[in-house]
Amino acid sequence: MTRTRSGMSRRRMLGFSGASLLAGAAAGAGLDRVALAEGDEDAGAAVAFHGAHQAGIATPVQDRLHFAAFDVTTGDRGRLVRMLREWTAAAAAMTAGRPVGDGAVGGPPVAPPDDTGEALGLPPSRLTLTIGFGPTLFEKDGEDRFGLRARRPAALVDLPHFPGDNLDPARSGGDIAVQACADDPQVAVHAVRNLARIGFGTVAVRWSQLGFGKTSSTTPDAQTPRNLFGFKDGTHNIGFDDTASLDQHVWAGKGDGAGWMAGGSYLVARRIRMHIETWDRTSLREQEDIFGRSKGEGAPVGERKERDRPVLARMKPDSHVRLAHPDSNHGMRILRRGYSFTDGTDGLGRLDAGLFFVAFQRDPRTGFIPIQKSLATDALNEYIQHVGSGVYACPPGVREGGYWGDTLFA
Amino acid sequence: MRPVSVLALTGAAAVSLSLLSACGGDGGKADAAGAVPVTATDDTCEVAKTDLSAGKTTFKVANKGSKVNEFEVLKSDGKILAERENIGPGTTVDFVVNLPAGQYRLLCSAGQTGKGPSQNITVSGGSASGDARLGKAAADYRAFVIVQLDDTIAKTRTFVDAVKANDVEKAKELYAPSRVGWETIEPVAEKFGDIDPKVDAREADLKPEEKKDWSGWHLLEKALWKDGSVKGKEKYGDRLLKDLDVLKSRLPGLTLDPVNDMAGGAKELLDEVATGKVTGEEEAFSHTDLVDFKANVDGAKKIYELLKPVVQERDAQLAGDLDDNFAKVEALLKKHEKGDGYVSYDKVGEGDRKELADAVNALGEPLSKLAGAVAK
Repeated sequence: MTRTRSGMSRRRMLGFSGASLLAGAAAGAGLDRVALAEGDEDAGAAVAFHGAHQAGIATPVQDRLHFAAFDVTTGDRGRLVRMLREWTAAAAAMTAGRPVGDGAVGGPPVAPPDDTGEALGLPPSRLTLTIGFGPTLFEKDGEDRFGLRARRPAALVDLPHFPGDNLDPARSGGDIAVQACADDPQVAVHAVRNLARIGFGTVAVRWSQLGFGKTSSTTPDAQTPRNLFGFKDGTHNIGFDDTASLDQHVWAGKGDGAGWMAGGSYLVARRIRMHIETWDRTSLREQEDIFGRSKGEGAPVGERKERDRPVLARMKPDSHVRLAHPDSNHGMRILRRGYSFTDGTDGLGRLDAGLFFVAFQRDPRTGFIPIQKSLATDALNEYIQHVGSGVYACPPGVREGGYWGDTLFA
Repeated sequence: MRPVSVLALTGAAAVSLSLLSACGGDGGKADAAGAVPVTATDDTCEVAKTDLSAGKTTFKVANKGSKVNEFEVLKSDGKILAERENIGPGTTVDFVVNLPAGQYRLLCSAGQTGKGPSQNITVSGGSASGDARLGKAAADYRAFVIVQLDDTIAKTRTFVDAVKANDVEKAKELYAPSRVGWETIEPVAEKFGDIDPKVDAREADLKPEEKKDWSGWHLLEKALWKDGSVKGKEKYGDRLLKDLDVLKSRLPGLTLDPVNDMAGGAKELLDEVATGKVTGEEEAFSHTDLVDFKANVDGAKKIYELLKPVVQERDAQLAGDLDDNFAKVEALLKKHEKGDGYVSYDKVGEGDRKELADAVNALGEPLSKLAGAVAK
């Protein structure tokens, strides 16, 4: 694998070109290596699968995403649990950089290999696999499908309709979601592909989304990546090692209602289409007014540096940062983990591109929902449209010998 | 039919090459994994070990000649027990055969003519009871294949009569039923590589230079549904019947082995459904895809039922999954029944197609494990 070609390295390179003339002076053959030397988080390494919390939430954000939502196609609870056990074993292997089952080669020649093989020889690439359960797993069309209705957490609400929503049911919902993040896209895609394969007969893919570039960082001293509008957004994210904020805003607690969710988190996913072409025709001043930040440095209005504390009163009342800021939302924070996507072009020749927004929180009723309501007057809304949506209860981490969702199904 | 794609062939070659590099430099009797090396050239056929134990045997056949080779295992009466075709020059393939005790002749046929140098071997010992059951399954399947082929020939005859009378409505009615027997045993029919393209080629799969020789069911399908007339197409009806008769005449020499032909064939039948029927590509003009769909599933299910006693014993969970998923696919197909057949596939909406595709994937995945379970 050629690490120097990864998005992260390139972004890094761009990121400090302003800060360091030295890096600019090293231009030419050495540039990529300069970028790499700045170091990403040991991109080839493995992230521990087992633990108190699922990996892929507080974990420093990887470069690539493959997110998949599944419908459960069986009514048999035992079969679903069997698949979750098989998924867990496969996930533990793949996140460690090992193939599924008996591997991609070496099994009986007359049988198809257990592992599909396209990740052979690739490092673990910090692959994380994070599972979540959607509201429809607990109850669908009034039916208690798996005897789980009574265990549905109050926090796992159906998201309300927000002004401007134009949700496509075929890109929304799902009984189970899996977020695969890795620094190598092939590793992330391999993981989802193999889980889908194991799941045939128990689940079917409802929709999936690839994300090619992270738009937020949980590593406070790292450069905030830019979204497809060219802006740094989500500067004030919760850091991976900010245990107090994670406990307060991200991890569900024992006393929060559903005991089985203690140590888990609630995932809200939104496919946000960006009207790229009209945005690009918008003046720089208006773009900066809309965000409430400078485009180059990312500094809040009237400040010099990205991380300078924003003075919200200086920003326009409908600017994005002002409306999304914790100070405008009773101090509520969510952990953002979104990715840019481009799914080619639409039939009208426009880029089908945007932000696949992913946020984790302790309770969507005090997290995403009120914040999204605050954004009803966001000036940015003229340039975006929410076209897909999902909310999922991500159980706590798996202990050795356990399986995904064992606290729910026990 | 299944177009023989370049991709599939190169894929097979790539796998073989990697096996070659991983296992190079044998020369012993059997290699570490217990496989028996066979080295074929254009005029030799060297088998490293000629005394074998009964049961599952893997031949590692290396083609070091310049022509595409074929490896055959012949019984003492000269009939083929098992064969592996299309072994490209410079490649090595693993070929698994279940060998009961007895005398055999191993034959390498450069150029795939069915003739070539050979080596006699002796297989002795062990006769697991499973072998007997598999032998019976293979014999029963062979009988089933004959019944299906007879059925397709009889129905094609009445279909062709209608074509020759230029009775378009009647011919349209008889078209899909005439294909049912064929679709039920398609992988067996495809073993005879020359017949399949003659009777079941789709226009979209032909190379430009092949179009002038196009014949078979789909030519008549296009004439009936697109042109609304089969005038002047009588000769294609006759040719279709003649080709099917040729296929029938070859069945006496046919042996079917439980792993490659039966379990492998069941998997191929579901592949046919997944790539040709669910997408509506097979019957582009008549939209009778669901009739073929059902026939493919029935053919796969027959194979599974014949092998089930063995599968049940070796992998009960797999048997349970297959029972469930055959039932689900059948229930789903029932929803689309209309009269004696099925609704036209162009009337099946996206949601229903997704549902069918999910059910086919759900069945195809465990079915792909059938060969491994039978070969255990």
